[in-house]
Amino acid sequence: MKSWLTPFLVLALAGAAFLLFPYNLAFLTRILIMILLVLSLDLVLGFAGIATLGQAAMYGTGAYAAGLFAVHASGNPLAGLLVGAFAGAALALVSGLLLMRTRGLTLIMLTIAVASLCLEAANQLRGLTGGADGLRGIRMQPVLGLFPFDFAGQTGYWYALSVTVLVFAGLAVLTRSAFGLSLRGIHESPARMAAIGVSVYWRQVAAYTIGGGIAGIAGALAAQITQLVSLESYSFTISAEALIMLILGGAGRLYGAVIGTVIFMVVHHVAAANDPFNWLFVIGALVLFVVFLVPNGLVSLPLAVTRLWKGARHARA
Amino acid sequence: MQGLEVRGLSKRFGGLTVSENIDFDLPPGARKALIGPNGAGKSTFANLVTGILRPSSGEIRFDGSDIGGLDEPRRVKLGIAKTFQITTLFRKLTVRENLRLPILEREKRGYSMFARAGSSPETEAEVADLLEQFELTAFADRPVGLLAYGQQRLVEMAMTLALRPRVLILDEPAAGVPSSETHLIVNAIERLPKDLAVLIIEHDMDLVFRVARSIVVLVAGRILTEGTPAQISADPKVRELYLGKSHG
Ligand SMILES: Nc1ncnc2c1ncn2[C@@H]1O[C@H](COP(=O)(O)OP(=O)(O)O)[C@@H](O)[C@H]1O
Ligand SMILES: [Mg+2]
Repeated sequence: MKSWLTPFLVLALAGAAFLLFPYNLAFLTRILIMILLVLSLDLVLGFAGIATLGQAAMYGTGAYAAGLFAVHASGNPLAGLLVGAFAGAALALVSGLLLMRTRGLTLIMLTIAVASLCLEAANQLRGLTGGADGLRGIRMQPVLGLFPFDFAGQTGYWYALSVTVLVFAGLAVLTRSAFGLSLRGIHESPARMAAIGVSVYWRQVAAYTIGGGIAGIAGALAAQITQLVSLESYSFTISAEALIMLILGGAGRLYGAVIGTVIFMVVHHVAAANDPFNWLFVIGALVLFVVFLVPNGLVSLPLAVTRLWKGARHARA
Repeated sequence: MQGLEVRGLSKRFGGLTVSENIDFDLPPGARKALIGPNGAGKSTFANLVTGILRPSSGEIRFDGSDIGGLDEPRRVKLGIAKTFQITTLFRKLTVRENLRLPILEREKRGYSMFARAGSSPETEAEVADLLEQFELTAFADRPVGLLAYGQQRLVEMAMTLALRPRVLILDEPAAGVPSSETHLIVNAIERLPKDLAVLIIEHDMDLVFRVARSIVVLVAGRILTEGTPAQISADPKVRELYLGKSHG
């Protein structure tokens, strides 16, 4: 397949979605923001093999940082994104210095703990964050001084899409680089990485920090576009759902993060509209299907089907 | 002194003493073999030298300076490298990527985030040379986990050579390699730079006698004796304790 074909198709689909669902732009924008968060998780977990259920810590911190920046300093969207990215990266760096010393279950529990601590802190600092009422009063300037945020959410959609595309492209470069290869090496064998002279700890801290920056951007986008930050942004649900999306789509593949998020969010949206009580069953069935039948995620489904098809023809012949 | 100096090295796992008061030198250009029965503590000794394990007591010096406090990556960067007795590879990465990684790290490009990992012609040429040397070119783009075990052993050795170490420790490099391919290992050792210090842990005595100029015998964590291959094969203690068993 031509290397430009897939990105071209994905972008065409994103454009088509804008035209086909003009009344669902808020939902489509939420998908884009979630894709960013799942991409950050893909870098951390899918590539570097860092087990985490606390990516919401950086997402929420990016959201509050960008929200507070808009309320108290400037409504410039791009400056706010930078602030969100920096805040997410800073939290990931500081917590990562401790977290990356641990492995397995301990690591997972500690990542959950960091997100819970953030949630509790945001809840306590009511004067700053608005506590359970959420952070209000976010007013954004037009993007690049040209595109004001509109009620229908058109600017929000294009803004989120542009940021997502740029981050995706950045990650595509990063994961193909020597650094990206070393992260996959750590995922495969930390012992061998140490034996070729790599401090696995610092390499993982670096990956966790970059992932934190991207999660921070996702949170900042959410804050700017919805003009609200709630305690929800630190919730365990966000971290857990991001993980399910990544597993659905295929960890360690950037398109896996995209496909998994789109499918999860759409299934959630449609199933919850039809049956607000039992939609989780649909998601559960989908996860079981993927885990047992396409363990490399839905992104590998075309390949798996081709193999099955060839195998069946082989068996008949 | 240049090279590796080990003094009074001991390692205990709980009550079990696996290395006991080991004195050992490996100057540049050395070709030493470490032999001994299974469980004698050979791998443990190698792990102590490379920093995978911390000694209970004793001293490890490299080029005259104490490296006992350095972790494994730092010792690797100083030039002390080891192959694993139990093959330890990046199984889902291709053979080419497995060889590319140590070269990139040796050249301190591990944090390079923009250029494609395979975009440096020098690195790729070096990878191609290693592939050819170990007759792996035909498998270059296969995930290493799908290779036959013997070929994985060759990748294991090639990856370690890619670090261009100054001290090379080979932990049973030929174990599991079909006899039709052991010549690749012997050839690789014979082609190593003359000033490289080599320690080979091996059960295959033919291989040991071909590459080693001196042999250290380890039994129950202690050095029993050290000598030339001729002295060792004539030593009655060694014959009884070790060679006697495997050579009938
Ligand atoms: N991490 C460990 N914990 C406890 N015992 C160990 C450990 N590693 C090795 N041993 C024991 O140390 C002894 C020497 O092992 P090893 O160095 O692998 O021997 P060799 O390589 O000579 O066959 C064995 O009895 C082994 O069971
Ligand atoms: Mg051993």
